[in-house]
Amino acid sequence: MNSQALDKPNLLNIYLLEAKTETTRLLRTPGFSIPTLLFPIMFYTFFGIIFSMNPATMPTYLMITYAVFGVIGPALFSFGVGIAIERGQGWFDLKEVSPMPASAYIISRISLTFIFAAVIVVLLFAIGAVFGGVQLMRWQWISLFFIFVLGSLPFCAIGMTLGLYLKSSSAPATVNLIYLPMGFLSGLWMPINFLPEVMQQFANILPPYHLAQLALKITNMDLGFPVVLHLSVLAVYALLFIVLALKSYNKKDKQ
Amino acid sequence: MSTHPRNTTSRQCIGKITQVCKSFNDKQVLSNIDLALYQGEVLAVLGPNGAGKTTLINTMLGKISLSKGEISLFGHEPGSMPVKRQIGAMLQVAGLPDMSTIKEHIQLFQAYYANPMDYNKVLEIAGLKEIENQYSKNLSGGQKQRLLFALAICGNPKLLFLDEPSVGMDITARKSLWRAIEMLRAQGTSILLTTHYLEEADQLSDRIVMINRGRIVREGTSDEIKSQINTKKIRFKSPVDIQSLLALESVDKASKTSNYYELESKCAEKTLSEIIGKQIIIEDLTVTGAALEDAFELINGQEKITEAA
Repeated sequence: MNSQALDKPNLLNIYLLEAKTETTRLLRTPGFSIPTLLFPIMFYTFFGIIFSMNPATMPTYLMITYAVFGVIGPALFSFGVGIAIERGQGWFDLKEVSPMPASAYIISRISLTFIFAAVIVVLLFAIGAVFGGVQLMRWQWISLFFIFVLGSLPFCAIGMTLGLYLKSSSAPATVNLIYLPMGFLSGLWMPINFLPEVMQQFANILPPYHLAQLALKITNMDLGFPVVLHLSVLAVYALLFIVLALKSYNKKDKQ
Repeated sequence: MSTHPRNTTSRQCIGKITQVCKSFNDKQVLSNIDLALYQGEVLAVLGPNGAGKTTLINTMLGKISLSKGEISLFGHEPGSMPVKRQIGAMLQVAGLPDMSTIKEHIQLFQAYYANPMDYNKVLEIAGLKEIENQYSKNLSGGQKQRLLFALAICGNPKLLFLDEPSVGMDITARKSLWRAIEMLRAQGTSILLTTHYLEEADQLSDRIVMINRGRIVREGTSDEIKSQINTKKIRFKSPVDIQSLLALESVDKASKTSNYYELESKCAEKTLSEIIGKQIIIEDLTVTGAALEDAFELINGQEKITEAA
């Protein structure tokens, strides 16, 4: 073997190019970018501002919960649906056989999720501040921004697992069937204490509920459970789904 | 049965497949495959659909585990990073991500390799020059195949896997793919291609491995395989009826298509002297050796017989 074989390509360059290709690709796909950007913004404008039941607190509360709803979308769809479709086409196999580092594939999709999440959050902040009269301290805006963007990570892990297990034809429907009810039951569409007692109990096992509670703490609107509890549940979900994804990815003889 | 290729015995062996078996749910897909890959050689794996060609490639790419046996490429295990960096693969891919251009696809794949091929050279070899800025969703089937070929070669691989490369290509595209393969071979690239087009295997390969039902049934150069059947074909026009031709002692088979008779014989000389001896009038006579296709049918036929026995 000569030295050429032992040369390694520039890893950072691969990460950047992979992320750039993936992001431009999805920006050019209106079927992805429009619904993921528009849904949270539309819902927030309707329920948080136009039909707001309590103009003093509702615009702030729902801005936070719809931001959680908003950042989960790109995480679940870019990973869940994206991977399932590429697997169905055989494109994923080609990538797997190529010398692309697996980390590049994951990092590119995480950066894509972060970019979409950041755009959604900033748009919701702007609408909240301008039309909903939301007033927060600077540290609150900044903390919320980072909680939302980083909070998409456990959902990236869930999406990755879905993408590796689901069939491409059923993936969009299945991901929606998880995304929408999970958002509603976690109290993202209306405040959690509006829901019946049983449903409030059930929300405890749902990760978006915990991310929302974490963010609501910043404005003192949470139910008052400890930060550690919320962080631990999110971490357990992330770990569980990373393990499941790895298990499926490393399994040979797929399909 | 293992015949050594003429030009490759002195060449470096870059890959070895030893006694490989694979079964899926008790169904034996590959059994006892032994195969060596040599530097700068085009090896065609030929077989009908479902013979195990793609499974064989997938084991070499490390995508499928082995039930038994061993594979080593460049001294490493298939699917490991040192191997991946030295190979390129064109697989049967149904679709590419729609909204990237040919240029973006190729440049991304080039980044995976330390010493990729020059971008313009990739375009030229794959014949994608005029359409480099098109989105993959707008490509025809043949153009998609050429893009997949470009992705396989853009890293300057030492070993290239082509799984049914010319499927969906028209004849012009197929010919230019063949030229590209010839050129890469001339540069020392080893190429393993699967095909069910006999013409493709015949034209391109230094060596052919015929597989059927997961087993290697023949191995050798195209000429060697053809010579394993000694039947000749005799073709001519004649006013006589087919019965009088079948009556000839040395004729195994006779058939008539449009105006021509076609006889198969193990000894063409004897058949011709019989025809002349019986004063049968013939015109427009041709005698040809067996085509690879005939060899293929014959060998597959024998396989079925031995299987049934």
